[in-house]
Amino acid sequence: MSAELFRLSAHETTARIRSGDTNAREVTESYLAHIESVEPKVDAYLDVWREPARARAEAIDAAIAAGQNPGPLAGVPVAIKDNLCTREGRTTCASKMLENFESPYDATVVEKLDAAGAVLLGKLNLDEFAMGSTNENSAVKVTRNPWDSDRVPGGSSGGAAACLAANEAAFTLGSDTGGSIRLPASFCGCLGMKPTYGRVSRYGLVAFASSLDQIGPFTKDAEDLALILAAIAGKDPRDATSADLPVPDYSSTMRDGVSGSRIGLPKEYFTDALDGEVGKQVDAALQALKGEGAELVEISLPHTEYAIAVYYIICTAEASSNLARFDGVRYGYRHPDAASVEDLYRLSKSEGFGLEVQRRILLGTYVLSSGYYDAYYLKAQKARGLLRRDFDEAFTRCDVIATPTSPTTAYKFGEKMDDPLQMYLGDIFTTSANLAGIPGLSMPCGLASNGMPVGLQLLGKPFDEAALIRTAYAYEKSGAPTLGPAPLG
Amino acid sequence: MAKITLEDVDYVAGLAHLTLNPETREAMARDLGSILEYIDQLERLDTSGVEPMMHVLDVTNVYREDTVGESLSQEDAFKNAPKTDGEYFLVPKILDGE
Amino acid sequence: MEYEPVIGLEVHVEINSRSKVFCACLNNFHSPPNSNVCPVCLGMPGVLPVLNVAMVDASMAVGLALNCTISRWSKMDRKHYFYPDLAKSYQISQYDLPLCHDGYLDIEVDGASKRVGITRAHMEEDTARNTHTIGGGISGVDFNRCGVPLLEIVTEPDIFSADEAFAYLTALKQILEYLNVSDCNMEEGSLRAEPNISVRPKGSTTLGVKTEVKNVASFSGVRKAIEFEIKRQVKALDSGEAVVQETRGWDADRGITVSQRVKESAHDYRYFPDPDLMPVVVDDAWEERIRQSLPELPQARKRRFREDLDLSEYDAGVVGMTKDLADYFDAAVVAGAPAKQAANWITGEILATLAERKSDITACKMKPEALASMIGLIGDGTISGTIAKELLPDLIESGGDPKAIVEERGLVQISDSAELEELAQAIIRDHPGPAQEFRDGNKKAIGFLVGQAMKATKGKGNPKLINQILTDALSQE
Repeated sequence: MSAELFRLSAHETTARIRSGDTNAREVTESYLAHIESVEPKVDAYLDVWREPARARAEAIDAAIAAGQNPGPLAGVPVAIKDNLCTREGRTTCASKMLENFESPYDATVVEKLDAAGAVLLGKLNLDEFAMGSTNENSAVKVTRNPWDSDRVPGGSSGGAAACLAANEAAFTLGSDTGGSIRLPASFCGCLGMKPTYGRVSRYGLVAFASSLDQIGPFTKDAEDLALILAAIAGKDPRDATSADLPVPDYSSTMRDGVSGSRIGLPKEYFTDALDGEVGKQVDAALQALKGEGAELVEISLPHTEYAIAVYYIICTAEASSNLARFDGVRYGYRHPDAASVEDLYRLSKSEGFGLEVQRRILLGTYVLSSGYYDAYYLKAQKARGLLRRDFDEAFTRCDVIATPTSPTTAYKFGEKMDDPLQMYLGDIFTTSANLAGIPGLSMPCGLASNGMPVGLQLLGKPFDEAALIRTAYAYEKSGAPTLGPAPLG
Repeated sequence: MAKITLEDVDYVAGLAHLTLNPETREAMARDLGSILEYIDQLERLDTSGVEPMMHVLDVTNVYREDTVGESLSQEDAFKNAPKTDGEYFLVPKILDGE
Repeated sequence: MEYEPVIGLEVHVEINSRSKVFCACLNNFHSPPNSNVCPVCLGMPGVLPVLNVAMVDASMAVGLALNCTISRWSKMDRKHYFYPDLAKSYQISQYDLPLCHDGYLDIEVDGASKRVGITRAHMEEDTARNTHTIGGGISGVDFNRCGVPLLEIVTEPDIFSADEAFAYLTALKQILEYLNVSDCNMEEGSLRAEPNISVRPKGSTTLGVKTEVKNVASFSGVRKAIEFEIKRQVKALDSGEAVVQETRGWDADRGITVSQRVKESAHDYRYFPDPDLMPVVVDDAWEERIRQSLPELPQARKRRFREDLDLSEYDAGVVGMTKDLADYFDAAVVAGAPAKQAANWITGEILATLAERKSDITACKMKPEALASMIGLIGDGTISGTIAKELLPDLIESGGDPKAIVEERGLVQISDSAELEELAQAIIRDHPGPAQEFRDGNKKAIGFLVGQAMKATKGKGNPKLINQILTDALSQE
């Protein structure tokens, strides 16, 4: 057996388990041992399910031994962001509000991972209720970027990105509301995909902004994206916003290449404000894709400048509504001194929620309050329509859009914490995809001179994740710079 | 528009049932003010004649059939309850019109 | 000064679907507390609502019965306020685009017809129930009712008296029962009426300041609450005070309304379209399917009973009171009973017998066909009405075929002339006094003799024939 099974991708892992080269228990042990050694430096996990994972792995091995097919992810260790509800353990959203919350049900994606034969290793850190871009808003702990422990892993799925970059799981799941998968994927040098809104069921994802949230995978390569997306996507009768569309076999179209494919470069994204090194790496990636036969075309997304404003109106409005249910009555933090119902709400919420969450609740409450709805929320909904129209028009001229994922590489701790507006502006390249509901992924395209990974973002037509995976695969095969293992991984 | 007063902060905090300490109250007024000032650039955008986009998916009429499924066991229903007598979720006495 | 009241009514109706409106929990809040609850109706983190199609169907049926326009495109919105009975701290409701709007209901008050405008009828979810009986400064919350489908029906301010409000509620309830969409039980809260009331100087066209009255548990309570509010407001205005726009609670014990202090900001509901639920789009086909499924509604049915079946206004009203009763009557007529006789039996003996047992027509074991058969047996002389009345309690209690029972118990009427002539002679012999009175010209005395003969036959004698034979016998002498 190989001593470093934890370095394998998901598709390699399951192939080796199926071939009998190794087994699920061995793979799981390899990961648990690795977690033991690197987790003190990375702090990606909020909870590691050692015994449940071992039991699960043994069950998978037994199924294989009995000639059954445990599914396409048989024996593959996975860890998930702690805003996905699981019957096992707790679901905390890295908030004091839910520090003791034990979900009575599994999220649909968790059921799907189980059905696919994956082995759940535990739950991952995040910005409290997925609100943040650096993971510094976790009420529990600080997760570090495996490439540089002085830097943030990005957010809000920082734990999921850091965990994968440190090889503490074969793949992870996060959620993306305005870039919360793609940004940390970019900062931590892994692949991360936000599927089309409606592609993956949101049932069991603790809602931040319901019209923007999507669950998606972090993986080590494009082939894993194909494998995992197929396993978690599809119509869910429990989610009225999940699309009733067939899920393509992404693995079979993945190798079709990009020859003749048109890649759109939005002029609004490639501006002077772009960090020179980020621009350079992204440019090299685009040239590589051109070398594979893709055609680079300039496009325009004229309403881009409004995206952040629209995003922060819609996401905070929806968040203020979604988080209203945390009142200390049926579950969650309840202040011990509440003598009246009013006290119960005020004390529990004020102490249960961190500052960023309170800030967004206040902003969202404000934009929905009497007299402001038309000026903010309704106006934002209209602007959202214009942003979507931008993409619809752009996609008549190209098949995939390529941009940097972030204007910069990973920030240092504390760098953005003082000024919320500056923090919000870091989402400049990622929020549009959520507002338009289109799929996007981030993949590594080299290291900047500070040693930090740079991310290339690919955006696709609605429900055309296949084109993104195909492009990512082609780029990998065209000699994309391999980052090597992260120093902490 | 923008410019958030402390009274504005108190009003929305009241709506959201949040109690802010004096420093947080000031900081929130400042933060919300600067974010709203940034957001106000939307005023420049002409959206006349544009339909608000409520859903990115062009899907309507998604329903469930009227069938009864399983409810939670009492144990699961109350598992997370901060205060319960095993029959009800308990709260401080609710007063009329509160 | 003389004032006139202006009243609008908001009625909340719990729809009797099998499962709740956004989850699959049983729609029955009589179960033990918090037993019909799941992550969705408890508002657990991460859950999503999916709209029960039965709610849309039932709401549309009510809307059509109230002559509403059915929106081609409507949506669900979130209405935010904090209360322990509201699991998510928002209620899923419909704000600016209700499913049904601009309808009307014609009602009758003091013999005159009047039209009440229906502003809207919209879909929403019910809230949990709080119990204040636990003691120790504590309230308990039972979420069984949370997520029960609720239809809110709002009238125009078209109602000008407590009697009109009462008539409107009665007519509305009758329609809801005809549609079988709700239990309509006010005591249990499956039907809740909240009047809003204002008064204005008579002849004025502007509306006065209104108050909304909550916690009324019966139609007569609504009537009393409205009457109280009118008096209270008139008194206030007469003494130069202003009426405050507010919510007031009805105190049934004291017969007064009491101000419920509610913070102004509590009404800043921050409505916005629920991103978790897709628009409700009704095409012509769907609307038509619901329209076709509607039963004949109370007013149309009453008219048919009066005009086509020639029932009196009173009989048509009683027989058409509930759908079950009207269905029973219709079925008896279809089975061959003459309409008037069927109506007489139903409005008379049958309802009286059921009322004695505190029961209603649904508990009547006598099938409508059996009623028709019994009326037929009277008609062809097989049994007397007296026998029929005697049979009725058993038939209502246990059912069965009247003809078979009559034969089995030997209740067939005695129409044998020879047998009855012999009996007549015996009666005359035994009661010489009344016999002589008849002979002396007091024709009414025959009644006593017929009665004696019926008694002697235990009701089986054919009373018409006995009368004839006795008359003949006394006249021949």
